[in-house]
Amino acid sequence: MYEERKRWTDNPRNVNWIVRGVFIAAGLMILFDLLYTKHPHFQGLEGIFGFYGIYGFVACVALVIAAKGLRVLLKRDEDYYD
Amino acid sequence: MIEFLPPGTLLVLGALLFIFLKGKAGKVALLVLPVLSFLHLLSFEMGYLMQISLFGYELTPIRIDKLSMVWGVIFHGAAFLCALYSIHVKDRVQHISAVMYVGSAIGAVFAGDLITLFVYWELTAATSVFLIWASRNEKAYNAGMRYLIIQVFSGVLLLAGVIIRVSHGLGLEFNLITDTFNWSDTGSLLILFSFGIKAAFPLLHMWLGDAYPEGTVTGTLFLSIFTTKLAIYALARGFAGLDILIWIGAIMAMFPIFFAVIENDLRRVLAYSLNNQLGFMVVGIGIGTGLALNGAAAHAFANILFEGLLFMAMGAVMFRVGHCNGSDLGGLWKTMPWTTVFCCVGAASISAFPLFSGFVTKSLIMTAVAEQHATVIWLMLLFASAGVFHHAGIKIPFFAFFSHDSGLRPKEAPMNMLITMGITAGICLFIGMVPGPLYSLLPFPVEYVPYTTAHVINQLQLLILSAAAFTFLKVTHIYPPELRSTNLDFDWTYRKALPALVGMGTRFVSSTHQAFIGMATNGLKAVSRGVFKLHGPEGVFARTWNTGAIVTWVVIGLGAYLLIYFF
Repeated sequence: MYEERKRWTDNPRNVNWIVRGVFIAAGLMILFDLLYTKHPHFQGLEGIFGFYGIYGFVACVALVIAAKGLRVLLKRDEDYYD
Repeated sequence: MIEFLPPGTLLVLGALLFIFLKGKAGKVALLVLPVLSFLHLLSFEMGYLMQISLFGYELTPIRIDKLSMVWGVIFHGAAFLCALYSIHVKDRVQHISAVMYVGSAIGAVFAGDLITLFVYWELTAATSVFLIWASRNEKAYNAGMRYLIIQVFSGVLLLAGVIIRVSHGLGLEFNLITDTFNWSDTGSLLILFSFGIKAAFPLLHMWLGDAYPEGTVTGTLFLSIFTTKLAIYALARGFAGLDILIWIGAIMAMFPIFFAVIENDLRRVLAYSLNNQLGFMVVGIGIGTGLALNGAAAHAFANILFEGLLFMAMGAVMFRVGHCNGSDLGGLWKTMPWTTVFCCVGAASISAFPLFSGFVTKSLIMTAVAEQHATVIWLMLLFASAGVFHHAGIKIPFFAFFSHDSGLRPKEAPMNMLITMGITAGICLFIGMVPGPLYSLLPFPVEYVPYTTAHVINQLQLLILSAAAFTFLKVTHIYPPELRSTNLDFDWTYRKALPALVGMGTRFVSSTHQAFIGMATNGLKAVSRGVFKLHGPEGVFARTWNTGAIVTWVVIGLGAYLLIYFF
């Protein structure tokens, strides 16, 4: 059985670069808030520096943790209904 | 003559051709029918109404206006794409039911009165169930049954509502009900429920996650498009501006994403994602302003394309691998690179990345919400937007095509699927970059400009930081793994609780019945034993007495009589 050629995602170093890239891009996006003046509908909320980014991050983390909790209650075997 | 045929009739009747057509001819027919039907639709003038009188009632089988035209265009486009996607299928039952299904959905969209709507409504239910049953396994059979019961029930509610309305003297026209709506008006309430079932309102939604993953590879694609978007059209037509819909829609947008995160079957994840997207549209309908309704229509249009694209990609995976469980997939990009790319385009569109279709449509709804200063709703929808990116934008492509290498090396999707996905992806990109043509289709004039610096930066912030959250949760191993499992939804009530209760009730009644029968039987047995004792072979009354004894007793008896008579 021949050895399959390694693709670039198989190399852990490349994956690390992707991870780092995401965090760097994330930081940059927050800083982009400095580039323009806001005219938001919701002054109190959208006016906060980096609001969308922070909301997105917190929302996702909260979502996943809540879903994990839900799994404790709702998870059953695959053939539960059969 | 042709202007008396409602749009979609060519498809409904043309489906019957597949009884006779096989092979190449069948494939040609499958592609030609949607085109012909679309040309038929275009032959109608805007504002055309066809009315007929039946049994003293005014029916309007055909109504062409800007709102229904949006749906007419996208339904026909989707019909063609779905046909191309499923052209390899040899099962003619699927072709017949799929084409009829599409035809009835189109007919329903152009129905001007509630009775015509009802007929097409039930027809969509009856034809679409075969796309589930076509999987031909037990799970699909059961899921299809539940689906059919629920969908037909939706139609029954519609009819009941119509009858009540007519009995109150209201007409049959299918127009805005919101202005005359109040909670004690049973007729309108029933109609709202009927639409709500097909639109997967909260607590009426379970059939979506139950039935769609059990359909065939191509069948589920058809299913994901027509039933739910027909319901959205019906809501937009009948209940635009109904305030309660804003809350219903916001809840609908939020709760499925929790289920989507822990779900293993990626097609069920897409079903939940569909439910979430429907929520956005329902909010838009609830607000009812021109901008909001435009948003709902535009988002329905774009959603058909990008959600369809995601279903196509997952369908391709299922076609090649045999299943769609995130736990057992991964690393497929190596052998299915094009499917991966197209899937990512769909994922970017549903997440509303700038340059993709969702960006120019979802924002119409969000802006409409903001203009109403509905802060809580806006925050809920923003949460839902981050959530959508999470489970549809990241989870689906990641666990299917990247993640850990599952060792599976399926071939690339067949050419017809690739072409379909490519066309759809191209349209998603086109709409995203050049929204003008779509905006011109919308029922109200559009002043909204999607590409402003603020909007682009805000959206990118939301998305890239959601991606960062996913990455963070993954590298810290907080993110839950994909597991083979079933997660309970509200349908637990009628799939486990209700059968269990019925079972208990049946057993109780049965055992009481048994006890009673037992008592009665024992009683009767005792009586029969008693009788047997007296009259049976050993019994007193059955003994034979000898003749001499009888004669003696007779003589004594007669003698006693003589004595008594003389004295």
